[in-house]
This record gives sequence, C-alpha cells and structure tokens, in this order.
Amino acid sequence: MHTLSISELAEGLRARRFSSRELTQHYLDRIAAHDRALNSYVTITAEQALLQADAADAALAADNAGPLTGIPLAQKDIFCTQGVRTTCGSKMLATFVAPYNATLVDKLQAAAPQGAGMVMLGKANMDEFAMGSSNETSFYGPVKNPWDLERVPGGSSGGSVAAVAAGLAPVATATDTGGSIRQPASLTNLTGIKPTYGRVSRYGMIAFASSLDQAGVVARSAADAAYVLQAMSGFDPRDSTSVDRPVDDYVGALNSPIKGLKIGLPKEYFAEGLDAGSRGLIEAAIKQFESLGASVQEISLPSSPLSVPTYYVVAPAEASSNLARFDGVRYGHRAEGAKTLEELYKRSRGEGFGAEVQRRIMIGTYVLSHGYYDAYYLKAQKVRRLIYEDFKRAFEKVDLVLGPTATGAAFKLGSKTDNPVEMYLNDIYTIAANLAGIPAMSLPCGFVDGLPVGMQLMGNFFDEARMLNVAHQYQQATDFHKQFPQGFK
Amino acid sequence: MANDLHHGWEAVIGLEVHCQLMTHSKIFSGAAIQYGAEPNTQACAVDLALPGVLPVLNEDAVKKAVTFGLSVDAKIAERCVFARKHYFYPDLPKGYQISQYELPIVYEGHLDIELENGTTKTIGITRAHLEEDAGKSMHENFSGATGIDLNRAGTPLIEIVSEPDIRSAAEAVAYLKKLHQLVVYLGVCDGNMQEGSFRCDANVSVRKVGAPKFGTRTETKNVNSFRYVEKAIEYEISRQIEVIESGGTIRQETRLFNPDTGETRAMRSKEDANDYRYFPDPDLLPVVCTQDYIDAIRGSLPELPEAKRARFEKDFGLSPYDAKTLTSSRELAAYYEAVVKDSGADAKLCANWVSTDLLAVLNKQGKDINESPISAAALAGLLQRIADKTISGKIAKEVFEAMAAGEGGADDIIKAKGLVQITDESAIIRAIDDVMVKSPEQVAGYRAGKDKLFGFFVGQVMKATQGKANPDAVNRLLKDKLAG
Repeated sequence: MHTLSISELAEGLRARRFSSRELTQHYLDRIAAHDRALNSYVTITAEQALLQADAADAALAADNAGPLTGIPLAQKDIFCTQGVRTTCGSKMLATFVAPYNATLVDKLQAAAPQGAGMVMLGKANMDEFAMGSSNETSFYGPVKNPWDLERVPGGSSGGSVAAVAAGLAPVATATDTGGSIRQPASLTNLTGIKPTYGRVSRYGMIAFASSLDQAGVVARSAADAAYVLQAMSGFDPRDSTSVDRPVDDYVGALNSPIKGLKIGLPKEYFAEGLDAGSRGLIEAAIKQFESLGASVQEISLPSSPLSVPTYYVVAPAEASSNLARFDGVRYGHRAEGAKTLEELYKRSRGEGFGAEVQRRIMIGTYVLSHGYYDAYYLKAQKVRRLIYEDFKRAFEKVDLVLGPTATGAAFKLGSKTDNPVEMYLNDIYTIAANLAGIPAMSLPCGFVDGLPVGMQLMGNFFDEARMLNVAHQYQQATDFHKQFPQGFK
Repeated sequence: MANDLHHGWEAVIGLEVHCQLMTHSKIFSGAAIQYGAEPNTQACAVDLALPGVLPVLNEDAVKKAVTFGLSVDAKIAERCVFARKHYFYPDLPKGYQISQYELPIVYEGHLDIELENGTTKTIGITRAHLEEDAGKSMHENFSGATGIDLNRAGTPLIEIVSEPDIRSAAEAVAYLKKLHQLVVYLGVCDGNMQEGSFRCDANVSVRKVGAPKFGTRTETKNVNSFRYVEKAIEYEISRQIEVIESGGTIRQETRLFNPDTGETRAMRSKEDANDYRYFPDPDLLPVVCTQDYIDAIRGSLPELPEAKRARFEKDFGLSPYDAKTLTSSRELAAYYEAVVKDSGADAKLCANWVSTDLLAVLNKQGKDINESPISAAALAGLLQRIADKTISGKIAKEVFEAMAAGEGGADDIIKAKGLVQITDESAIIRAIDDVMVKSPEQVAGYRAGKDKLFGFFVGQVMKATQGKANPDAVNRLLKDKLAG
C-alpha cells in the first residue's frame, strides 16, 4: 500500500479495497518497524490517527468525503496542532501544546467539506526552528537519509522527507524559508514544492523569518503534491500576508501539453560549485524537456551571487525578533532557580535554544542594532529588490527557470557541522526564490553513486499550476521518482 | 509670565500623550478591551504571543487615528508602516511592541491653546502613531513573585507627540486639557485618566532666555492627571535650574514622578536605554489610506469644540463664557441643544438652567451629564411651563429640585404640589385687598411717597398666594390699587 500514489489511495478507499483504518494502521506499523533507524518523527499520534481514520471511513461510507479523505500524512513539527505537542525541533518547546490548530492543519485534517479529512500520523522531525540544512540541529536528534543511513536527509524539513521517502507517510507537509522543502526533497528523491509567498497561510506555523517562510508539501510525485497543495492553499483572514485570490486547479492542469514551453537556464546556476554528476543529470533532464516540446534558452540572474549574504542578514534579523517571545515567562522552557528577571531570560534562552539558533539570534540582533541597521538590514532589503527584479526580467522571456536544487547529493552526517558557512552554502540555489517570493520546486532527475539528485523549477508568481504540470509531464516520461530506497520496500 | 518666576531661565517642554482608542477589540486581535475585567480573561492566543500566531490590524483603530489626525489639521500618511520595537519585559509577550517608527499614520498637525492672558498659542503636533499597549506587571500580593495581567496587552493606542513648543507647566496643562477634550469629543478615547486611557510623558529642558540651543532634556514618564503633570513639570524645571546654577549638568534620563512627594526621581539614564532595534513588521502589510477614505472620514467628523462654541455664541446669543461651559463636552452640548429645541424657550434662559442649575445638581450628586437625573426632555418640559406661564421662574426652581430628587416630571410635580400659577386677576385682587387692609401704615407710607415699600406689598401678596401669583399681574394690579 505504501507505494501507491495519492490518487490510487483515494481510489482504493472509495472502492473499499482497504479502509482508512487499515491504511493508517499499515503506516503506523511501518513507522514502528523503521523509524528507529530514521528518527523522522518527533511525536507519533497513533491513537488519534486511528480515530481520525474511523471518522474518515464513516465519511467515505456516507459519501461525505473529499479526494484526500482518509489518506494519512505527516505534519512537520512546526505547525501547531491542538492537543498534540508542537516542538519545532527545540528543547524550548519540548512540552508545548498549542490550544489551536494552524490554518493549514485545519484545512488538511478537518472533516470534509470544511477540510480535506486527512489523517495525521505524527509530527515530523526538523532542524531546530527550521534553522539548518541537514536536520542535525534538531534537539530530538538527527534524521537519517533512507537512501544511506550515514547521510543527512537535508533540512530543515528532514523528518518530512525521510518519512515520505521511506514510505512512513504517503505525503508530508513542510516549510521553506531558504530551501527547506526543496533541498531535502532533492536529497531524498522526492518532489517538493514551495508555493508563492502568501499562497498558504502562515497562521499557526511557528515563525522563523516571516517574510520568507512559506508552507508547502513533499510528495513522491508532482501529481501527489498537486492534490495536497490544492487542499492547503488559499486566503486566510488570520494571516495579513496571505493573498486573497482564488486557488488554481493544480490537479486539473497536470495533463496539459507542455509543447512550446520556454525554459530559462540561469548561467549563474551552472557555474563553479555545482557537482559534475549533478550537472550531467540536469543536462539530461533539459534534453528530456526539449523532447517534450519545450525550448531552452540561457538567461542571467546577475544578482544571484548576492542571495546567500542577503539571506543571512534578512532571515536572522527576522528570526531574532520572532524568537524573542520564547522567554520562559508564559510557556516553553524556563530555567530553574533564577534569582533575577535577567537571569531568568538568559538561562531559559541559553538552555532552551541550541547553538545554531543562538548563532542566528546573535547575527540578527547585530544587524538590527543601532548604527548597523542601514549597513546591513536596509542594504539587504535593497539587494532583495534587485533579486526580485532579476526574476521579473527573466519571466518576461521565459515561462520557467530551471537549475540545480543543491550543489550535490546527500552528504555525510557530521561532515559540515563544524563549518556553518559551508552549511549555509547548501542553499545557494534555493534562497533566491524565497527572497523574491516566487514559487519553486524540486523534482528527481537521477542518481549519482546510488544517491538521488533533484533539479529545481522556479516559476512566476502564482504559477504553481504550470510548474506542477511541467513536472508531471516530465515524470510521465521518466521513472526516477518511482525509485524506492532499499531496505524500506 | 510663568518664565519670569525662573529668573532668566526658560523651560522647553514637549509632551507625548498615549491615548487608548475606543475600539471594541484589540488592535491586532479579536479580544475585548473592557477595563477592569479579571486578569487574563481578555487575552487570546495572539495577545499571549503563543507560537505561530499572527497580528491582523483592526480597521477601526486606523479610522480613529485618521479621525484624530484630521481634527488637528495634520497630514495623513498615504502609506504608513508598522514596526517592531524590541525589549524584554514580562508584560510584553512578543518581546517587541508593534508600533510605528519611520512612517507614522499622522504627522505635522497643530493644536491652538488659550493662554491665561487671553492670547492664543499654536502648539505643533509632530506626529501621532498607532501602537499596541503592553500588559501590566503586578508586584503586590504575589508573595515575592510578579503577576502578569495581559488584558491590556494589545489595546490600541495613538501616541501623540508634540513639538517642543510649550514653555511652562501652565501651557502644558492647557495643551493637555485641550487635547483631552478633543479626543473625547471625537469619540476616539474615553479620556479616563485614572484608568490610564490618557497618559502623558513630559520632556523638559531649560535654557537661558534667548539661548539659541535647547538644554539637555529629561523625560518624566506616565503622569496621569493634569495636576500631576503641572507639579511634575514645575518640579523638573526648578530642579534643572538648581542643578545648572550650582554648577552641575543635566543628564539625559528617564524620570518618574512621585505624586506623594511631588518630586521626580531618576529611573534610567540614556546609557542604559534599550536599543529597540526597530524594523518594519513583516507580518503586517503597509497601511494605505486613499484620498477617498480620508475624505469619507473627514465628512463624518463631528463638530469640533471651537466651531460649536462659535455657533452657540452666534445662533443662541450666548456669552463666550456660557458657550465655553456648554461645549465643554459633546454630551453637555447635545443636552443643551435638545433642551432649547424641545422647550421652545429662550436660548439664554435654557443656558442658565443648564449651566447653573443642572450642573450644580450633577456636581452635588457626583454624576456625569449622561447620568443626569433630569433628562433634556424633562428639563425642556419644565421650561415650557415657565414659558406658558403655568409657573413662575421662582416656582420652577422648586419644581426643579423635586425633579432632581426623582419625584417625577414637571407637570406631575406642579399638579401634585398645587403650584399652578394664579393668573385669575380676581383672585390676585382679593389677595391685594387683603394685604392692604392688614397694612394700613404701609399703604399710607407708600402713598406719601415711600416708593420702596412697593417691594413689601409684592412680597406679602406672593406670600399670601404661596408664590403662585403671576408676578407680572401682581405688579400691574398692585400699582393700580395702591394708586387708589
């Protein structure tokens, strides 16, 4: 059952070939059998999952079901779930239980027709407060890559991708601030999409960098991703930055022909730093697109070399502000025995936050300080504008931009933890889309030494339907995305 | 004037007023903002800054800020931006306050105040920005710990910043009173200073008269009565002059006023001041006020105190003093206008009754005009009975007292107490005849030229009729009779 696509699962449930309870139990059994090796879940909600599955079965029997009703999923542990703890990968929130659901959680899990009626298997592991590219900053331990247990699954949505790649969930939610959906999808042979900023509500999603954070989905195909993205998108009056415009029919657009599609290849993305194996696979993929009727041209995104430094000013600045609320006063970790207010703050935050989070809070505090604000934050915002204008110009010429997602395949656990800058450079190809606010996705394009490699598609604002359509057409012609890691079959 | 008291020194004062907006809910959440609720019963997930929650701007707060801006002839920003102001304190749940920094919603306005010598002075208003209030820390009754009440957290405020145009404590008070009256008039703020709806920080410095530059200023925080503001500023001026005259220098610092001693004391110096690390709040979009939006608000502005005062003088023929009294609040003015309209009586007569008799009763009963024991319609009813000569003005006072005591409407009381004026001339003549028979000496005296005795006869006749005789008729008939 765990190799079936979302549409096959939906059809199986409707045809009563299996019930949602059986399906859910199957995944819970697989989690019990395999997750010790992967550590992809921080919290497993077996009991609640079976109750949700029973409700879904009742809805299916009564014909009150939507296309996703009864299908299980993993929720990244950044989304608040009422009654189930939400840790955000941090010791700070080890015991935090939100009294509300994130809007996305309601949309996916509430019974149809208000929600999609999906079944939550548990909360997926992640880098602490989504800060990391390897899932090694989680207080709940690193996640292993199902393709090679000595390697990282990428981050920050490492738990989400490991669970889906290993068949411990059919699909998972994820978030992307600088590549946290796409880079891990690339490293685990998944399709992951970060939609346009504002397409999915951020309400109840614990903020890292508010102007960059965007929720999305990781799945085993573009079609699977389309179903789930369809259900989670939409305007939310509780999020002032969500956009009030109708959601396109992602599923309906999957099978449109892509003949005449214009693809741009940014020369800056194929320069030094890209691993040769990955380059070869992407070049092969480009040929595949041409054979599907697309045309290809070189473009330039001249400001892209500035993405990483710009991001490491903007994201930490917003993070230092967003994480100020974790002070040990109202909820979260509180140091014991503090004698003064200042000691309470310093020790609660010193004990509750890990090294990477502290590092980014310090960077962010510094760049916002009096006397440095103009030189760093304001300057970064100006560069951000240039990056946006690069894309604006590009989309006057081409429909999609194609390039690598990551610099190479998955790296070994511990190999980059001593050098934060090297770790930050992992996101060199993904960060620009967040800074510009445009949608971007990663999809599998082959293997190097048995390790999966992804390629990235970037689209114009709200062009998710076209991106998913193009990815789906590619996946109809290839079978990289169908490969499953040994040991988890 | 006031400056002369300080021997060649001049004070330079700027005020920052925090004014709570009378919205139904908080500025960024749906929680209610009733004062005095049980601690933490009016704080939702957004106010508690739980993880993942987001602010959503209350449109009514924007409307009220614009309303204020227009009333002080200020500019309304086409585009204004919310910024985060960071500092750690337990009653500030997010670790930052959402405020406005570089782009406030209202800027460059002014307010004219009247000085004691009768002249008018314009005080510039630099800006007024929207922001959220913090919660309250409660240091008492928690056995050594501190309690946090977040009911107030997120209450909408405008912070109104004046130019340093104020030169004395008296001017500061005049400005504050004017501002207070205005925001209450506009329905922007309830003006309750005891509950902290309207509070003031005073920036004070001194310099030698004629000196080109301002001196170093101190900021005295959260002074919440007109009298305290006056005292705090007076104290601060004297203190600064004394420090400088004895060879010291003023430190730029934040000070606190102690109402018990009338003194201010240093709280923190500029060196310990927070670096607030302002930056635009990425959770909120810039607020765009279109010209149409601004014009619509302008069109719905109530008549402002000054315009109303001028109209009262012109239309009702009131003295400047009466006009000022009757327009001191919007409710009082509305009450007065209702009395004039409903009674059809002389507007000046109505003004006397409202500004003298009614206000005396309210004062005595400790009530607000909204809680008046006599409604405008009821008072109008009484004045109608004077106009139609059912009762005299003197009897009306008696009826009024009974109305104030809650004994019913004017007509009921007049009827129950038998106070209907005697206009039947034969009855009045009978009373006059009776008085003349009983007072032959006075009759003789009057007829011999003692005109002053006329008052005696009027008094006796009124007494005999229990004050109910129509005074005009009494005068006329008495004159006839006494003339013989």
